[in-house]
Amino acid sequence: MTNTSNSVAAADQKAGTPLVEMREISIAFGGIKAVDHATIDLYPGEVVGLLGHNGAGKTTLIKVLSGAYQRDAGSIHINGEQVDINNPRDAKAQGIETIYQNLALADNLDAAANLYIGRELKTKFGTLDDVAMEAATRGVMGRLNPNFRRFKEPVKALSGGQRQSVAIARAINFNARILIMDEPTAALGPAETAQVGELIKQLKSEGIGIFLISHDLHDVFDLADRVTVMKNGRVVGTVKTSEVTHDEVLGMIIAGKCPPSAIPGPGALAH
Amino acid sequence: MSAEASTSQNPAREVEGPFRRLLRATEVDTRVVGMVIALAVIWVGFDIAGKLITGNGLFLTPRNLWNLLVQTSSISVMATGMVLIIVMRHIDLSVGSVLGFIAVVIAYLQVYFLPHFFVAGSPWIWIIAMIAGLIIGSIIGAIHGALVAYTGIPSFIVTLSGLMFWRGAAFQIASGETIAPLDPTYALIGGGPYGSIGAFWSWVVGIVACVGVVWGLRNGRVQRNRFHFPLRPIWAEILVGVVMCAAIIGTVMLVNSYYWPRGVINQYAAAHNITVPPEGLFIAHGFAMPVLIALAVGLIMTFVTNRTLFGRYVYAIGGNPEAVELAGINTKKITIMAFTIMGLLAAVSAVVATARLNAAAIALGTTDELYVIAATVIGGTSLAGGTGTVFGAIFGALIMWSIQTGMTLLGFDTPVLQMTLGVVLSFAVWLDHVYRRRMK
Repeated sequence: MTNTSNSVAAADQKAGTPLVEMREISIAFGGIKAVDHATIDLYPGEVVGLLGHNGAGKTTLIKVLSGAYQRDAGSIHINGEQVDINNPRDAKAQGIETIYQNLALADNLDAAANLYIGRELKTKFGTLDDVAMEAATRGVMGRLNPNFRRFKEPVKALSGGQRQSVAIARAINFNARILIMDEPTAALGPAETAQVGELIKQLKSEGIGIFLISHDLHDVFDLADRVTVMKNGRVVGTVKTSEVTHDEVLGMIIAGKCPPSAIPGPGALAH
Repeated sequence: MSAEASTSQNPAREVEGPFRRLLRATEVDTRVVGMVIALAVIWVGFDIAGKLITGNGLFLTPRNLWNLLVQTSSISVMATGMVLIIVMRHIDLSVGSVLGFIAVVIAYLQVYFLPHFFVAGSPWIWIIAMIAGLIIGSIIGAIHGALVAYTGIPSFIVTLSGLMFWRGAAFQIASGETIAPLDPTYALIGGGPYGSIGAFWSWVVGIVACVGVVWGLRNGRVQRNRFHFPLRPIWAEILVGVVMCAAIIGTVMLVNSYYWPRGVINQYAAAHNITVPPEGLFIAHGFAMPVLIALAVGLIMTFVTNRTLFGRYVYAIGGNPEAVELAGINTKKITIMAFTIMGLLAAVSAVVATARLNAAAIALGTTDELYVIAATVIGGTSLAGGTGTVFGAIFGALIMWSIQTGMTLLGFDTPVLQMTLGVVLSFAVWLDHVYRRRMK
């Protein structure tokens, strides 16, 4: 709540074009509207927290951005330009990287193989260049987690925090501009959570925009500049973390009640 | 995190004996060592048992081991493909029937169809028939793969259907009869004295393989040096090279010490106007064609699994299909490719089997699917997916066939043999399970 400097920075950036804008996104599964006309945006160097109950549509909405799901309606704009994202490859081409809640690691492969999955480096003969991939992995992992030494082991042998750093390394290794983090600290201990927090701040300072999905209000207030709350597939409202209390945000999550400082969405309770 | 790393690594180092240190320095997989030891125990055990029971240890003779290699080749060819399938969490129950079907197709083309278009004895007859067989095998595999990838029918069911369908199709084409004889040149692919490459060429193969080993080790060092990675100690490097080359040279010496039988020698001498000297004429078999084919397939499949994008994705899908999907990889295409390779390899085995038999019997390959799966699993491939090696699968086939041959030599009948293999299969998987749990 005392993130004054952050909110000022965010307010300044608001003058420019948003890095990402998802407008009026809808997606339904078998008649159930998982996401219903949701609009969210994100500015460079900003962290936007996405909050809501299980089944509120946060992960579904974000999977539309990462290309895992295809939207039924709505549009996605990157730096003001409308883009077409129909699969994970399209999203990656736009510099959108996702760290999924379950990390989406192939447990039987080592860190380098996971880092480069789908983007493998090849030798001039077209074969896998494992040595080059390991070298790059050592570089990026050295930045994130200097104690990490277990490059030859399958990632299932690693601790929760180490696995998390492999997933994060994969996301930032390819010049991501937009990072989506789905419950990045759910499986972590306090020390590792703090480490991820530091990392988010570092990435932010590099101008990367981050969508943070989390259940942990403390985490979100700590790291996010703004929060967007969803309920039953609709956006309740968006508000700066510096201008609301925990209780007000809880009210948004549980009852869909927007505080005066928030910009209400279609899911907000009518006054 | 650092505290955790130290607790998980240090105790292991403290209790490390010289053997473990050797393994770590040479970076040899402990499971490979385990399999080599298991095979050695089985071979020596059967030889000793043979000496005790029948009075002579027939197992460790050039003749028996040469035959063992030939008999193993068909199953090991298919097992290398089954590794891909099982690693991807699928199964292929159809390989035996596909083998039988392709065998009939090749024989039918050679005996009934192609002679209409070529002069009798033209080499094109067997060449075209063989290539057609390989292509049709691949197409059958691709169909299985496409059904698995696009319809959502489990691979177990798709290939169980395949098991019935292709066996039936083989009967249908052959009208229930064995088709024979095949082209004599084609029959050489099946091995036998004339279908072996002899002492000189076996040495050539062995030396090329040794050069390959040395080049591979050197290249690995050069590559790791490129990024200043830690290298294996030079003594470990040399030790690995020496052991591998010794194994290769030992195999060459083995196949070169099995001579043609006297009947074949006399026939050959008569045909070539050679007088057989009184002390006898010794012509070595050398590597048999089926063994060379199996070795080539093993090498190619090892390359495919370790060094290509396709191989990497096969393993990644086995580890976490969703992660691979999210990485933007077309997993359906990979599934189809894996089944296509399996179909092709079943066809390769069909070529070897028909050539060896010089005929296509409609029951050819019956229950082979079970032996192929057993060999793959004995070789350390987990049905849970994600782990398994081509080398292991070949070794699994070798272990299985060694037990089979050894028991036959000791005079056991088929029922006892089958019972034993059943026990061995479960025992091997249990051992593997225990090993994996302890490694965690």
